[in-house]
Amino acid sequence: MTEMLLTGPKEGLFTETLREQMDTWIAKYPAGQAQSAVIPCLHILQAANEGWLTTAIMDALASYLSIPAISVYEVATFYTMFELSPVGKHKISVCTNISCMLCGSEKVMQHIEQKLNIKPGQTTEDGLFTLKEVECLGACVGAPMMLVDKQYHEFLTEDKIDDILDRLNS
Amino acid sequence: MEFLLINHPLDCPICDQGGECELQDLSMGYGDGVSRFTEGKRVVKDKDIGPLIQTDMTRCIHCTRCVRFGQEIAGIMELGATGRGEHMEIGTYVEHSLVSELSGNIIDLCPVGALTSKPFRYKARAWELTAHPTIAPHDAVGSNIELHIRKNDVMRVVPRDNEAINEAWLSDRDRFSYLGLNSAERIAEPMIKKAGQWQTTDWQTALETAVEGVKGIVAKHGPEELGGLISPTATLEEAYLFQKWLRGLGTKNIDHRLRQQDFADSQSDFSLNDWALADIDDSDAIVLLGSNIRAEQPIIAHRIRQAALSGATVSNINFFESDLLMPVQHQLAVDAKDMAYYTLAGIAKALTQANKEDAAEWRELLGERRPSPFEQNVALQLSNARNATLFVGDLINHHPQASVFRALAKLIASLSKTTLVILPTANSNAHLKAKTLPSENGMNTMQMWQSDLCAYVLMGVDPQMDTAIPDDARRALKRASFVVAINSFHSDVINEHADVILPAACFAETSGTFIGIDQQWQRFAGGVEPRGDSRPGWKILRVLANVSQLNGFEHISSQDVVDEIESEWNMGQKPASHDFIPESFSVTSDLMLISEVPMYRTDSLLRHSNALQQTPENKANDVARMNQQEADKRGVNHQLPVIIKQGENQISLPLEIDDAIADGCIYVAAATLASVAIGRMFGQVEITQAGPSS
Ligand code: SF4
Ligand code: FES
Repeated sequence: MTEMLLTGPKEGLFTETLREQMDTWIAKYPAGQAQSAVIPCLHILQAANEGWLTTAIMDALASYLSIPAISVYEVATFYTMFELSPVGKHKISVCTNISCMLCGSEKVMQHIEQKLNIKPGQTTEDGLFTLKEVECLGACVGAPMMLVDKQYHEFLTEDKIDDILDRLNS
Repeated sequence: MEFLLINHPLDCPICDQGGECELQDLSMGYGDGVSRFTEGKRVVKDKDIGPLIQTDMTRCIHCTRCVRFGQEIAGIMELGATGRGEHMEIGTYVEHSLVSELSGNIIDLCPVGALTSKPFRYKARAWELTAHPTIAPHDAVGSNIELHIRKNDVMRVVPRDNEAINEAWLSDRDRFSYLGLNSAERIAEPMIKKAGQWQTTDWQTALETAVEGVKGIVAKHGPEELGGLISPTATLEEAYLFQKWLRGLGTKNIDHRLRQQDFADSQSDFSLNDWALADIDDSDAIVLLGSNIRAEQPIIAHRIRQAALSGATVSNINFFESDLLMPVQHQLAVDAKDMAYYTLAGIAKALTQANKEDAAEWRELLGERRPSPFEQNVALQLSNARNATLFVGDLINHHPQASVFRALAKLIASLSKTTLVILPTANSNAHLKAKTLPSENGMNTMQMWQSDLCAYVLMGVDPQMDTAIPDDARRALKRASFVVAINSFHSDVINEHADVILPAACFAETSGTFIGIDQQWQRFAGGVEPRGDSRPGWKILRVLANVSQLNGFEHISSQDVVDEIESEWNMGQKPASHDFIPESFSVTSDLMLISEVPMYRTDSLLRHSNALQQTPENKANDVARMNQQEADKRGVNHQLPVIIKQGENQISLPLEIDDAIADGCIYVAAATLASVAIGRMFGQVEITQAGPSS
């Protein structure tokens, strides 16, 4: 991971590559409305910082977009896909909303909890997995489901879960 | 109603908002007597958002009024809604004190007890208070306020709606200054000094001693040896009686312009006619010259912000850049020398190019200069505007060569048909009406301090904090043989050098008239009895005149005084005005000290308001600031304090590198204990690094 520059004039913040990535998003919105790009920018920065956001990163983004810092905090705390504390290498988000609940998400959750020996919100000791409970991810047709990193896994059974997690573990 | 109350505690008796809570009212009117919600309620941790506002976030109902106030009115979004659903919280996320100078308004906005006044917390119940309408004394607009009084104490201050002045808002300064009223430093009884020792005494003795002393000096040394200085926060009536009494004693030396250093343009007429605050809303071009407007006049800054948001162009020319919390088209931080010689003269020149006939008498002075793009832009901004306004603030008005800047500002304004507004201080417009100004051949503030007169009469003046050259003031008072102070607060210099102290009533304790920037005469009555044995200033002055056996002081109420002022004003001739034209634009160069009186230190009452003194912006005052380049040039850095030397005086302050400060300038806040020792606001200084403390 390269060091990000988080203070100083906004032309020099972060790194050149990160700025390039963010600028393509900012350019998609009308001039003066950089605030609209805050979600994609947070994604980019989160990915560049081992999957989580520090306050310093959010502050730097606020000055990069010329918006109040609190506007960045609001977004980052609202969405479950942004992490505000360190996370494991893989992030497991189990949906427990209505459709998944009716199709047995409780068991899914229980199984993962036992298997990894962590509760939702926690990270395994080896730093490999973080478990999260999330709301509907729009895949109700495949309930129960979970999201592991960027991959949706549907119609979950205990075997299937074992399989997915073991593959990531090896 | 039930949903709103799900997470809201039902313990109104222990909530500070109880009795004036919108939610409580609605619940009483439309809610059920019994709650069907039996589950646990959530609890939200309180946030510390500074010394002025108390939070009790469990009570928040997420109406987001406070958030929108920050966004839309204050122009600085400090509060936000973080988290979502059940976990949503209103706060700053990263704990810090609010910095908005209008932050107190969220106390009024919050419908519940989530945001309440910290100094007022648990002090009184809404139904125990009586409301007394009056006028706020600090902002030069005359904000309309209500004192909330219990027995004889002002418990809090809230704004009263007045669309023409403060709309629904109030600056923190005017909201929390009342806390100074009960300071332990208030003077409770008349005092006279006998053989170097202070003794409390009765009014009669004190008044007689004062008059005897003053008259004695006049008889022995002539009235030229008597000087009178009055604070611009004094009411119209006080100002009028002050000058009438002193003129009755024969002196011509009277002034209220305590922090002004340059009086060369006192014949120029800067008065505004038929101008209202609401005219700012219609301005389509606004230029700020030497004004840190948010700190200087928060309510005017708010109006300018609204104008800017509806399309007005704003330019800011000052000795430092500042964040105005509004879109600013052109901003320039420049030192005094270049501001006069290049920037302002350049703008004027650019304007004369359009119309060669104008300003013939300035032609030679302006010479053959070529305006820079910045200067041309500002000139265009003003000349293209339908309705332009140029504000000149304290950093110019307190400058030792203020007249040069103001003359240029006036020229620019007349060339571009711009309204020129010289920002007044507190009630100084009333003082112009009351003529607390030197008579012909009389001395102004500076001359009075510098001529070491035999006797001084001071009213509401802390010679150390309220003057441009504290050094001169201290010396003059030390050498004077007789000093009378009609003050509300003790101060070191007064205690050391005065001979008689007459305790005057403060804001809220006296009736009077305030004349704001738009020339509205606003009368108000006293809300509480003066502290201790103090008396309203106008009564003290009237009796002083009676004891001096002068005629024409038969006023029974302050209204009588106002009537007299009005008839005199209507009869009197308006003084002839002569525009001041400087001989040159050269303003002293080299490292210049620039000083600004911080927002919460402009007068004694504010300086005694504890909560305001605790604010982070106030605490940030005890540093010197300069930009990196200048620091390098002078060979100093921020690791050790720096020594700032002015003449024989020097002070040592931590240095903060602040690239907003213009080249060639060092910024030190005035009217602080650290800075008064330097002796003079503005002026040339030398700077060296302090050695490591041994
Ligand atoms: S104004 Fe009061 S109730 Fe409304 S969001 Fe702000 S703190 Fe909560
Ligand atoms: S309820 Fe689980 S994906 Fe929609």
